[in-house]
Amino acid sequence: MYDFLTGPGLWLSIGICIIGLFVRGVIYIKGLNWQLDRVAYTAHPKAGIKGAARSIFFWILPFGTRSWRTQPFMTLLFFVFHTGAIGIPLFLTAHNMMLMENFGFSFASMNQVAADILSWGVIISAVFLATRRLVLPEVRILTTAYDYLILFLSVAPFITGLLCRYELGNYSFWLIVHILSGEILLVSIPFTKLSHILLFFLSRAQLGMDFGIKRGGMKGKGMTW
Amino acid sequence: MPEGTLCNKNPIETDETLKTLLSDTGGKQYYKEMKSLDVDSRLLWETIEKTCKSRIRTWLKICAHCGMCADSCFFYRINNRDPRQVPAYKIQSTLGEIIRRKGKVDNEFMWMAMETAWAKCTCCNRCGLYCPHGIDTGIMFGYLRGLLYQQGFVPWELKIGAGMHRVYHAQMDVTDEDFVETFTWMAEEYEEDYPGLTVPVDKVGADIMYTVNAREVKHYPEDLAEAAILFHLAGENWTIPSKGWEQTSLAMFAGDWGACKIQVDSVYDAMERLKPKRMVGTECGHAHRATVVEGPYWAGRKDGRPPAESIHYVEWLAEALRTGKLKIDPSKRIKEPVTLQDSCNYVRNHGLKEITREIISYIVEPGYFIDMAPNREHNYCCGGGGGFNGIGLYRTQRNKALITKRDQILNTGAKLVLAPCHNCWDAIRDLEEEYKIGIRWSFLKPLLINMVEVPEHLKAKK
Repeated sequence: MYDFLTGPGLWLSIGICIIGLFVRGVIYIKGLNWQLDRVAYTAHPKAGIKGAARSIFFWILPFGTRSWRTQPFMTLLFFVFHTGAIGIPLFLTAHNMMLMENFGFSFASMNQVAADILSWGVIISAVFLATRRLVLPEVRILTTAYDYLILFLSVAPFITGLLCRYELGNYSFWLIVHILSGEILLVSIPFTKLSHILLFFLSRAQLGMDFGIKRGGMKGKGMTW
Repeated sequence: MPEGTLCNKNPIETDETLKTLLSDTGGKQYYKEMKSLDVDSRLLWETIEKTCKSRIRTWLKICAHCGMCADSCFFYRINNRDPRQVPAYKIQSTLGEIIRRKGKVDNEFMWMAMETAWAKCTCCNRCGLYCPHGIDTGIMFGYLRGLLYQQGFVPWELKIGAGMHRVYHAQMDVTDEDFVETFTWMAEEYEEDYPGLTVPVDKVGADIMYTVNAREVKHYPEDLAEAAILFHLAGENWTIPSKGWEQTSLAMFAGDWGACKIQVDSVYDAMERLKPKRMVGTECGHAHRATVVEGPYWAGRKDGRPPAESIHYVEWLAEALRTGKLKIDPSKRIKEPVTLQDSCNYVRNHGLKEITREIISYIVEPGYFIDMAPNREHNYCCGGGGGFNGIGLYRTQRNKALITKRDQILNTGAKLVLAPCHNCWDAIRDLEEEYKIGIRWSFLKPLLINMVEVPEHLKAKK
């Protein structure tokens, strides 16, 4: 089982994730329509690129937009969660060793203290994100079981990862569950809301182009859409 | 009953049907018929399949249900933070639901969707600035309005408004002759005070082609005279088109995209015919949005631009003051606490946030201008945008929606509100009528007329 999961299983899940996201991206871009969307995407490339870049940059910058600044607690949860959710899978030493074995390359590895902080950050912020869904009426009304499933799918590898890290219970059992949950997450990315890993950037770029090209990007200065 | 005689899926194409619908006071019969209007689910789903592409579908699907849009919506804030007023909820429960059900929705659902689309959203696009994913709910409500219009579920006044554009190429029953006559007559009224004041009609190759809001012709002709006087004093080479003079689009509020195209084509035809260097539109927000920002797309113009460079009145005014074409008598500047209403349609949605403040720097004595909070692109809708002002059926909701602006104004302490937008102007007038907070409100033109210096050679001889 372990061999399968760290060998073909890994290849397969990463392959499905990357190819799936690529297809989602192509479908998204092909589905953009200058006349229906009322955005002259290609007619003003400079303004379009500028708008798209600004829109992405300020939204991935903590407290970079007025929206982030007016809801600081949510902003904190968001960035702590996403920093760990992106940082740990890519830069954990153990993950890099596996990458090296399978694919012959690896990313830079982070030290254990940083990894611990980021992992706990993901779990704690996920607890708050879930609580937020239960407690705030404006979030509760929007929340469906699917939202909890997505959160669970995202957090499961971190919970199981920490169980392995602290060697709580049966290590080899939790290691297999950890790898399995990670691979389930990878496979589900293109088919669920988790596709926002890519679509966030495309959607932000689209709105940035909309405002950049059409809705004032060439007139107003310093506006972040 | 599938189709009513007044309420049905057909756009209004003739003056006769328009007059018949108009005579149904308050839309009494119209709404009665709407109660039994069938939904053509097949048409609805076919339209969605053809027109709802990746942008809107992705928005609906990746919405993280985080609720960060809630506080950005003034409806949510003034309705005791009712979660049913959260933008994401409003769109998911209407457009999202129609798509999930593949168009199989009933009459009752469409009534709910109609109320949500026209009485719970003014398409101000403010929430679009607060969503991490860049989901612009206002755009989706615009799209939903189109679907509802196609099915005949549209407020009575807007069905009429869209019909007016189809029949008269104007939002009211103002003919081309009425327009030219009224404009020239208004100029004649002031000729004694401003010798040489004329209204050049259909002049080819002028620097400016001026377009208006039809209600200026019908209800506020003074506005036309003021525009003529200011162009005259600024020494502008300007003209008005005898056809294609109407800049507004109630069709845009109604979601009647066919009428939007008809309307904007008429203005672009005038541009092609008269070949002006620039078009200047009157002090109206949605008119600018319709003709300058959205219009090119309805007209099928791939570069997203009108045939001639087109600017808002505030842009022209700021330029005229900056370059000294118009000079302000310093002793006549505004010397009382004054605030400014930022129009969603040309500020948030067209970037003109500093230009109005530049005008203020010329016409208000330093120290008297107080900004609303929030302001510029983050300002709240006046409370009556997107057609909301004109819909009798939702008057109670509209009056409540005015509270946001009322409180913003009260917090400035200003007694005068500059409102260079017809919709905002109306909403502020109505909020004064409803809540009596003791304010005055004004377009820029009438204020300017009283403070510009008349050049010696243009002065009336006594």
